[in-house]
Amino acid sequence: MLIPMKYIDEFRNPQLARNLLGEIRRITTRSWTIMEICGGQTHSIIRNGIDQLLPDTIELVHGPGCPVCVTPLESIERALSIAARKEVIFTSFGDMLRVPGSSRDLFMVRSEGGDVRIVFSPLDALQIARDNPQKEVVFFAVGFETTAPANAMAVWQAAREGIENFSVLVSQVMVPPAMRTILSSPGNRVQGFLAAGHVCAVMGYEEYEPVAREFHVPIVPTGFEPVDLLAGILETVEQLESGRAAVVNRYGRVVSREGNRAAKETIAKVFEVTSRQWRGIGLIPESGLGLREDFVRFDAEKKFNVSHIRASESPLCMSGSVLQGALKPDGCPAFARECTPEHPLGATMVSSEGACAAYYNYHRNFSL
Amino acid sequence: MTIAPLCPTPIMQHETVQMAHGAGGRLSQVLMQRVFMPHLSNAFLDLLDDQAKLDLPVGRTAFTTDTYVVSPIFFPGGNIGELAVNGTVNDLAAGGARPIYLSAGFVLEEGFPLADLETIVMSMAAAARKAGVMIVTGDTKVVGRGQCDRIFINTSGVGAIREGVDLSCRNLQPGDSIILSGSAGDHGMAIMTSREGLSFQSRITSDCAALNGMIASILDAVPAVHAMRDPTRGGVAATLNELAVSSAVGIEINETALPVKPDVRGACELLGIDPLHVANEGKLVLAVAAGDAGKVIKVMRSTEEGRDAVIIGSVVNQHPGMVVMQTAFGSRRIVDLPLGEQLPRIC
Repeated sequence: MLIPMKYIDEFRNPQLARNLLGEIRRITTRSWTIMEICGGQTHSIIRNGIDQLLPDTIELVHGPGCPVCVTPLESIERALSIAARKEVIFTSFGDMLRVPGSSRDLFMVRSEGGDVRIVFSPLDALQIARDNPQKEVVFFAVGFETTAPANAMAVWQAAREGIENFSVLVSQVMVPPAMRTILSSPGNRVQGFLAAGHVCAVMGYEEYEPVAREFHVPIVPTGFEPVDLLAGILETVEQLESGRAAVVNRYGRVVSREGNRAAKETIAKVFEVTSRQWRGIGLIPESGLGLREDFVRFDAEKKFNVSHIRASESPLCMSGSVLQGALKPDGCPAFARECTPEHPLGATMVSSEGACAAYYNYHRNFSL
Repeated sequence: MTIAPLCPTPIMQHETVQMAHGAGGRLSQVLMQRVFMPHLSNAFLDLLDDQAKLDLPVGRTAFTTDTYVVSPIFFPGGNIGELAVNGTVNDLAAGGARPIYLSAGFVLEEGFPLADLETIVMSMAAAARKAGVMIVTGDTKVVGRGQCDRIFINTSGVGAIREGVDLSCRNLQPGDSIILSGSAGDHGMAIMTSREGLSFQSRITSDCAALNGMIASILDAVPAVHAMRDPTRGGVAATLNELAVSSAVGIEINETALPVKPDVRGACELLGIDPLHVANEGKLVLAVAAGDAGKVIKVMRSTEEGRDAVIIGSVVNQHPGMVVMQTAFGSRRIVDLPLGEQLPRIC
């Protein structure tokens, strides 16, 4: 495949952006708080300065949609324990390597001799397992509904080919239960959502319709480029100003109501809904995915007997409040002081999609 | 029964590097005669002394060293040998020096194909010829399998600093123009897309090139250039930050002015990397008084290495030590140093 650049430039067109901004300014009469779910959206907003360009009465708060950020500390600790084993090749998406556990990260395990490798796809990890039959190859299966299909496919293929030296450490979470948790929390300020475009590309947006009805919030599947984001914000503000609360798709070139049926079927074949710990937030019932009984032999947690490993967070880190939109990163007393990308206290400062990292990289304490 | 009167003599013709190639004995000589001398031969090296005895021009001398461990060693647009020559040439040239002599030290992994070594040595010879420098002394060590990754090369270099030129990262003045000699991120993305087992093809090639010719033309025309840097590791962003910090000034750059090739931009998008953080090996960032900027650009564009040179921003009094970008949308953001290893994002 050659790298496609088409369909990006159109959505970075400054004139289109200015038109949308003008329209948002024209229709906004009151203060509104809107949450973008996905960390990729957060970074695009901060990087392009969209928050600076909006009317002051529209506040964007940043959501929990950063897989690295919400992966619980105990999953990290379990990963570190497995990765340090001599017989293991531990594979992971690159972002997870810098996420600190209680005292170490995967880079440190690697420097101490652990075989830790960055892969771009769980299917690459499966290939490593085929190529190294004498080794145990473990893939760190983190992420939202976006990573679930490929992770499920890797397990499904391993089962089909009988690749028994492959397993996955699963920390797979889902967006709608987190939205419900945020909307139900006592201090909730969120009045509308930009739903995560890529998650909706997989799952569709049907499942958001009950949430929009129940909590009377507009939910707008939105893309990641400046023009996408502004179109999503405009739709949300239009609904808020007119008292509507519907799911309206503003990422039509990628998202359909039903989503990707093949991907959803693959997820359902391999995974089942389970309760999950979210870093900084806590246990959310039925908020994640775990391996079905048929595939339990590919569960690294059981294979390496690490379920007993527990961990507790730095008391200084307030990433839970940040992930729920209750606190802006620069409102945290540790921000850019005890907590920096070089010495992160929490995952929101580590991940390239974490809200704290976005503020640190592009705004910091500097008045632009 | 016949007795074959043949003694088992040691094998002297190898296809791959052996431990004995680095041991200083006969095989070391074979390596010299077969691989190095045919390509690198010159009046200094031919003497086979343990040191080169040099006559340096009168005046100040620049001296630099760098070690090359790039992987893969052959990449689109170059190889480790070419890189090792051009990198050191550029470090000298960006300090206002005319590069003259280089050394080359090799660490080879046992089992490394001699044919590959020869290809690398040939590119070093070609790069040195093109840059007008001589490799005058060298060394080779062999380490066991797994003790290094195929081949590492160190090059050091000396050059004569031009009279009347004062280039320093501390020299930036408010009002200066910041010029970039061409598109950002080509080398790093050529490496990334050939290294990381990505299942896409790209046409990205490294910009690996010697810049001393272009730099000489610039300094001939405008000796008063304030600072030059080749934005290698850390990319243009790291270089601009170093300049801003060293000179205690702010730098403002304009997103719409930044040249990035469409393929590089596409690969960066896919990997979640900012092209400004990606290494270059044939680009130059320079700061010059605004009044001289037009002249510098004109000279640069007349050279092969600088034909896409543009003004990307300017030096300001505000926000000392910080680089700020004016985005295409009229907002502003900090351009920070990249943090550690470049990691792909996951969704």
